[in-house]
Amino acid sequence: MTTTDSASSSGPSSPGSSTSGQTTAPTTPDAAGSGGLPIGFTRNLGLVIAFVVLCVVGALTAGDRFTSVDNMMTILRLASVLGVVAVGMTFVITGGGIDLSVGAVLALASVWATTTGTQAMADTFGWPAMVFTAMLVGTLCGVVTGVIIAYGKVVAFIATLAMLVSARGLAEILADRKTQIIENRGFLDVFRAEPFGIPVIVVMFAVVAVAGWFLLNRTTFGRRTFAVGGNPEAARLAGIKVQRHTVYLYALAGLCAGIAAVMIMSRTTTGSSTHGTLLELDAIAAVVIGGTLLSGGRGTVGGTIFGVLILTTLTNVFTLNNLSTSAQAVATGVIIVAAVLLQQRVARRSG
Amino acid sequence: MSQPPAADPTHPETPLLAMRGIVKEFPGVRALDGVDLTVRAGEVHCLLGQNGAGKSTLIKVLAGAHGIDAGEVLWEGQPVSFGSPQDAISTGVATIYQELDLVPGLSVADNIHLGHERARAGITRRAEQVSHARELLARLGHEEISPTAEVGSLSAAGQQVVSMARALSHDARVIVMDEPSAVLDPGEVDGLFRVVEDLRADGTAIIYISHRLEEIRRIGDRLTVLKDGRTVAADLDARETPTSELVALMTGRQLSAAYPERRVPPPDTDPILVVDGIRRAGEFTDVSLTVRPGEILGIAGLVGAGRSEIVETIFGARRADAGTVTVDGRPLRNGSVASAVELGIGLCPEERKSQGLVLDDAIYRNISLASLPRFSRWGWSVDRAERREAEQAARSVDVRPLHLDRHVRTLSGGNQQKIVLARWLLQGCRVLLLDEPTRGVDVGARAEIYALVQDLAESGVAVVVVSSDLEEVLGLTHRTLVVADGRVIADEPSDELTAADVLGRILDQHASDSTSTKGDAA
Repeated sequence: MTTTDSASSSGPSSPGSSTSGQTTAPTTPDAAGSGGLPIGFTRNLGLVIAFVVLCVVGALTAGDRFTSVDNMMTILRLASVLGVVAVGMTFVITGGGIDLSVGAVLALASVWATTTGTQAMADTFGWPAMVFTAMLVGTLCGVVTGVIIAYGKVVAFIATLAMLVSARGLAEILADRKTQIIENRGFLDVFRAEPFGIPVIVVMFAVVAVAGWFLLNRTTFGRRTFAVGGNPEAARLAGIKVQRHTVYLYALAGLCAGIAAVMIMSRTTTGSSTHGTLLELDAIAAVVIGGTLLSGGRGTVGGTIFGVLILTTLTNVFTLNNLSTSAQAVATGVIIVAAVLLQQRVARRSG
Repeated sequence: MSQPPAADPTHPETPLLAMRGIVKEFPGVRALDGVDLTVRAGEVHCLLGQNGAGKSTLIKVLAGAHGIDAGEVLWEGQPVSFGSPQDAISTGVATIYQELDLVPGLSVADNIHLGHERARAGITRRAEQVSHARELLARLGHEEISPTAEVGSLSAAGQQVVSMARALSHDARVIVMDEPSAVLDPGEVDGLFRVVEDLRADGTAIIYISHRLEEIRRIGDRLTVLKDGRTVAADLDARETPTSELVALMTGRQLSAAYPERRVPPPDTDPILVVDGIRRAGEFTDVSLTVRPGEILGIAGLVGAGRSEIVETIFGARRADAGTVTVDGRPLRNGSVASAVELGIGLCPEERKSQGLVLDDAIYRNISLASLPRFSRWGWSVDRAERREAEQAARSVDVRPLHLDRHVRTLSGGNQQKIVLARWLLQGCRVLLLDEPTRGVDVGARAEIYALVQDLAESGVAVVVVSSDLEEVLGLTHRTLVVADGRVIADEPSDELTAADVLGRILDQHASDSTSTKGDAA
């Protein structure tokens, strides 16, 4: 729909100078695209503005309590779990899908990685056993939903909804509805460390964000993700194995949920079937605020990171000002709509 | 009924590609029922056939997008199977599809290399892709398209060029072009043909599909005619075979003339549609026109001249910056389609599939779409009346076969266009705007649509026809408006114009434009 729109409106904009058939390629997008920056850069401008405005509001209303380094770290620590999940979500949504199961998968991974069995294994082989378990569980859940969606031709919304329900159910069975405490010292020492005052989970978030950006913008896998989401038939006819790629995307989202599970385990020192409840909605909100099209084909990791920071900073500002979570929920809704409207305006101006 | 193509004594060498007895079935339909096609290296092989003759299916088979149920494909005499698009591409077949098959959110260079990215260990070599894309675009004579531009921001013609660059990027030995000229200007078609000639000289085989016979005459070497999923004639001379013979082969009957003879001059009454000085920044300026009941007005011009934008603005789908539109003296609310429909304007849009039809819904529901209030009581729809009247409308435009519940997606282009027409017939509109009414419609159905348009006009409907086909505009309409660069440069009786005339005026206009801009600058 947008294609025909922009095609027909850009058509007559060519100056009437040529009698030979020159195409009417508009020159404006070149300015945005040729600088070596990703196409989405100028679109993120609106997000930067929104984030800065939010920070100014925080500084004005809460003063030092907002601007202190401690508080910044608190925001980043809160942003980390959501951020890692949202990066995975960016891939799925850019690829034309949606994953409602990430929160539940995170819970299942956290529970599985903290069962007495796994912890016993960790005592023998070291803490990586727990990390590996969480990541493996997450990835496998993603593969299962991916296969159901790609090969079983079940709508992503339904397939991941089913995974949401059953993963959380399985987590409850495994944990017997109890919170599992992490006893492994090695795990806690590594993941609760703060080298140079920066929590390890914030570092993990940064690594995932950079890796995600690289994967989406600089690799064949990333290009194909845009193609699969933007025009699956074109992708298929170009020789891309669309079904297999779809499975990879959900596996990636599952892997991210597994990594986020490790982070939440270190933050809370527990594994629990209630971890990550409704996290999928925050992740989708962050991705959408970040300018990724829900219909697929367009998305940026950078935008998602800003979406996460905006949501988390908003929570922080409300908490510092002792405002109720209900008021915060209303504000979040307003911000989602405002961010998307702002996005559209900036995107239109930049062509 | 099929002759073994390889045994042709005049060409002893093995053909590059030979398809024999290809059969492809879809649930309930035998789309291909024994197709033979022989293509030699270094020839432009044209494929002719009505819509629904199986051309698109055959292309999909060649591209590996559809498997076949029977028959064999020989590549340099060796049997091959195109089980997937990867197989076809790696064997050496590249396809330029009619429906643009690009990813709007990716850059030009990324689209060109999609599926065969230049990469090391999965990391794309962007500089290399960009320079390769630039090379290919230059080869096509389109240096002005930037490889880093987003494809979604290009015009339809620009996107077509990118599709072609992509086909070239495969270094394919057979390139299939499905109506490549459909969205191109005459000048761009010349560019396309130069590329085709170059490819032919390099020994590449081109399978060229087009409804435009004059193009086939210009660049075709041989042609194969399909009808109802079968090859009815193979390896004809593309330049010499008489048109009447081709039309007879395609339709199975002789067509006397494409345009209906009878042209009842419109009664000398007051105009029903009056457009006064409408303007949209960057699209068109100061467009005024009038159409009387029973009159057919043509709008001619090159692609990008603003033709579609003008009719869409009249219809209220775009908001005019200035000017008025009135029907029977009653003004339309600017930018309101609802108001246009209420006053009796109907539009058959250029992009039939994306703008005109609900593809996965039944025929009768598509026909009744604009008239739903009539088939509902207090918001409840009355299905029986809806079906009955939709059937009547479908019958009057002769949709064949008439299965009211069939999904529109499965119909041929001609039938789809008839359904859009039937919708406005049923709605009882008095002003009908037709944007490219015969694009993608075969010769037989084309004549039927012309007759339909004339019947409508005779019944008192005012008709506006926009078309890239100058002959069509002049042959079908009473009066022609020539548009160049968003301005009306002529408004004359169609009888007194020739296609060469109109084209000449458009080109003159462009020439005087460029001189006047130079004058301003100095």
